[in-house]
Amino acid sequence: MPKRSIEPLLWLVFSAGGVVAALLIPSLLFVFGLAFPLGWLSPPSHERLLGILEHPLTRAVVFLLCTLSLFHWAHRFRYTLYDGLQIKHLNELINLLCYGGAIVGTVVAGYLLLQVP
Amino acid sequence: MNDSPMYTKDHPRWLRSRVSTYWWLERSAYLTFILRELSSIFVAWFVVYLLVLVRAVSQGEGSYQQFLEWSRSPAVLFLNLVSLIFVVFHAVTWFNLAPRAMVVHLAGRRVPGVWIAASNYIAWVLSSAVVAWLLLGE
Repeated sequence: MPKRSIEPLLWLVFSAGGVVAALLIPSLLFVFGLAFPLGWLSPPSHERLLGILEHPLTRAVVFLLCTLSLFHWAHRFRYTLYDGLQIKHLNELINLLCYGGAIVGTVVAGYLLLQVP
Repeated sequence: MNDSPMYTKDHPRWLRSRVSTYWWLERSAYLTFILRELSSIFVAWFVVYLLVLVRAVSQGEGSYQQFLEWSRSPAVLFLNLVSLIFVVFHAVTWFNLAPRAMVVHLAGRRVPGVWIAASNYIAWVLSSAVVAWLLLGE
């Protein structure tokens, strides 16, 4: 029996993360990273933002955006190091840091989203 | 060939020339590839930024104002500007690649790649519109 590889699953998550990151991050980063801080647009009141975050659907979307994007980063960055810098002897350490980082980030995201009052 | 990207412990001396560590500087297409791959770092940074915002909002009005203050600092603004450029680069390259990753058949015919790319761009516009509708205006 051939040995099952986890690679297709990682690729699937990488791919799903690529889609959500492409669809949602540019607009969110534009408003929260540039438009609100620079005063091009007025930021939503705390009350309004809390209201949006309280909705279970928002929290589900934010959670998926965080976890899928992190696994997307982990997979892509791992291969960037692998191909770009050719540091293959550190493969195991790199895998641990990349996917481990994504798992830690997922737990932190879940915790923070559950803390929303 | 071994399908896992590991070194085998003992391997015959392969006849191949050594590739420079900076091979990706040799051609613009290689550089584009490596920059596209590096966009993932900025995707990860955005997740951190978003989670800092979520935490600030749950902690109350004061923390949210502090977050807005912090987001105005030059270092954060600069990082977010660079991140936005990379994230848009990711989105465009991702959508343009979609027709090659996805082969869709409708009524026995292959859907042209342009349509698949176009539907991705439409989804991008719609999801950005939802974000704007949620966060902007009264």
